[in-house]
Amino acid sequence: MAKKGGNNRKKSTRTYIFSFALILVFWAVVEILGHMNMLSSKMLGLLIPICAYAIMAVSLNLVVGFLGELSLGHAAFMLAGATAGVVFYNSAGLNMPQVLRVIITLVIGAAAAGLFGVIVGVPVLRFSGDYLAIVTLAFCQILKNVLSTTYLGVDSAGIHLAFDQGSFRLEPGAKPLIKGAQPISGINKISPDMMVSFTVGIVLLILTVAFVLNLMNSRAGRAITAIRDDEIAAKSIGINLTRYKLMAFISSAVFAGLAGVIYVLNLSTLDFKKYDYNLSINVLVMVVLGGMGNVPGSIIAAALLTFLPELLRNFSQYRMFIYSIVLIVIMLFNQAPAFVQLRQRLTAKIRGKNAQEPEGGEKADTEFFEAKKQGKEDE
Amino acid sequence: MQFLGYLISGISLGSVYALIALGYTMVYGIAKMLNFAHGDVIMVGGYMVYFTFCSRGWNPLLAVLFAMAVCTLLGITIERVAYRPLRSAPSLAVLITAIGVSFLLQNSAMLLWKSDPKSFTSIISMDPITIAGGQLSIPAETIVTILVSVIIMIILIWFVNKTRIGHAMKAVSEDRGAAQLMGINVNGIISLTFAIGSGLAAIAGALLLSSYPTLIPTTGAMPGIKAFVAAVFGGIGSIPGAFLGGVLLGVIENLSKAYISTQLSDAIVFLVLIIVLLVKPTGLLGKKTAVKV
Repeated sequence: MAKKGGNNRKKSTRTYIFSFALILVFWAVVEILGHMNMLSSKMLGLLIPICAYAIMAVSLNLVVGFLGELSLGHAAFMLAGATAGVVFYNSAGLNMPQVLRVIITLVIGAAAAGLFGVIVGVPVLRFSGDYLAIVTLAFCQILKNVLSTTYLGVDSAGIHLAFDQGSFRLEPGAKPLIKGAQPISGINKISPDMMVSFTVGIVLLILTVAFVLNLMNSRAGRAITAIRDDEIAAKSIGINLTRYKLMAFISSAVFAGLAGVIYVLNLSTLDFKKYDYNLSINVLVMVVLGGMGNVPGSIIAAALLTFLPELLRNFSQYRMFIYSIVLIVIMLFNQAPAFVQLRQRLTAKIRGKNAQEPEGGEKADTEFFEAKKQGKEDE
Repeated sequence: MQFLGYLISGISLGSVYALIALGYTMVYGIAKMLNFAHGDVIMVGGYMVYFTFCSRGWNPLLAVLFAMAVCTLLGITIERVAYRPLRSAPSLAVLITAIGVSFLLQNSAMLLWKSDPKSFTSIISMDPITIAGGQLSIPAETIVTILVSVIIMIILIWFVNKTRIGHAMKAVSEDRGAAQLMGINVNGIISLTFAIGSGLAAIAGALLLSSYPTLIPTTGAMPGIKAFVAAVFGGIGSIPGAFLGGVLLGVIENLSKAYISTQLSDAIVFLVLIIVLLVKPTGLLGKKTAVKV
């Protein structure tokens, strides 16, 4: 990185422009197609999941790509945000104007996810590597399990909370908010018009991207990447490891909470079972395919991977089969040293012909991997 | 008496976890990677036993040996095709590839053998053993599972500590580069590790399904995750650790199912894992490695 330090500012500006242009073009295309009624209901149904997964991927990238720690429990923060948001949305929020109701729901979801991030982060960040991965996975399972045995409801006597069905009684007429393992259903959509919900999703995505990019170009962001590149060196120059690790981890959790809220408000049911390690792994796959530490890459990968299974709907039987093969082939092609060398030789040839600059994101990506690799060999 | 019953069936479930965890821990120790597809190898082993023993009525021992052969071959193939090209790539890339392989195995099984559940007949056809004057009846599966796991565990420890190949495995796990310089065939050793792990997974699959007889393409996923937890619990990379972790995990799971709550049993298992790791960050029998600067 050092050899092209002078280019850093230019590069970050380019990433900003590219990220926002990408999101706005996506929004504009969908708006235009939507007004021309050219989107099928299936496509419309995918719009919010794409936004939600993009937010998930960008926020997970903060932990995996920038902090360099592997988290397998990102779904837990999505679930925490979604549950807290829905509980408010379906109880106290009922009599509010819709705009206020949605905003407060989002804030509550983000706050709950952030709080859960603190609870998880403080013990978890004492670990590193594979141990951190397994502990985040453990927290995700715990949250899912505990919520599946929770019963929550409100009536005139106040709030009722129980952890088994037997001791949970509500006055007749009062509706329970969480009924154990049963999915919460009948959640009203943000707006009957899908385009309005979609715009909300896009605004949240822009917010996430702006936050992450700003953070990464600040003093704190440089501290976070310094920790990733060499924890001991970072510590020795006086960087407060716990503080910056927690900062990355909790911000990531907050945005996952936001994603959870819009995802669940769009789906109108909340099934705790769905938020397991499979979902975390899907988001992780998006981050890795998009490039570690590459924000626009995460967005593109999230959109493609949400869209791809729909595209293969006609071969529904072979859908996941093809997906898994594509995943393996892409990983081999991107990461296997033999392929990487081949690709570099090809790029060198093309560059030799018309002196073109290589794609910024991809370059940084391989550089990061190589730096990691060297670090490992040094140990 | 009842407590003893729960305890014994917990040890039995734990022995299955231990067999699976051995595969995780050996691969981790020697190839330094998390083989996420390991759980799905169990599933393949289960289907092999199902088709030979349950459908065609083969001798159970022959069926298990056949399943072991298929899984061993599968393990070696996976390593050769998907993991070996990534040997010097970052660990996260290998992990994602392993996840891809796991998806591939599950979905191939879905296509080949359909997703409807198959009911597995136990490979052990002995009567339950009653002790304490008929107060406690222990299924033969439980006893056989525990015995088989203990025997495998002893053979494995002997193999790693006393044979030439075992020493080579230890050398590769300690320093791959130095082992190569000493003339050890590193690729061969890693293939062998995958072969042993996958063969054990086939046995684990047959034993697991004998006690819990529902076979679907995702049968291996949850036991795989649990066994991974068991391996970390006992200290990943350590063979006795995997066994201890597996058995403890099975006992904790079974006892909390019996006395606390069926739904919360997984949460309790994971909570114990977190607490153990907070107290002893490298697991119960894991070695602490110093980082040289």
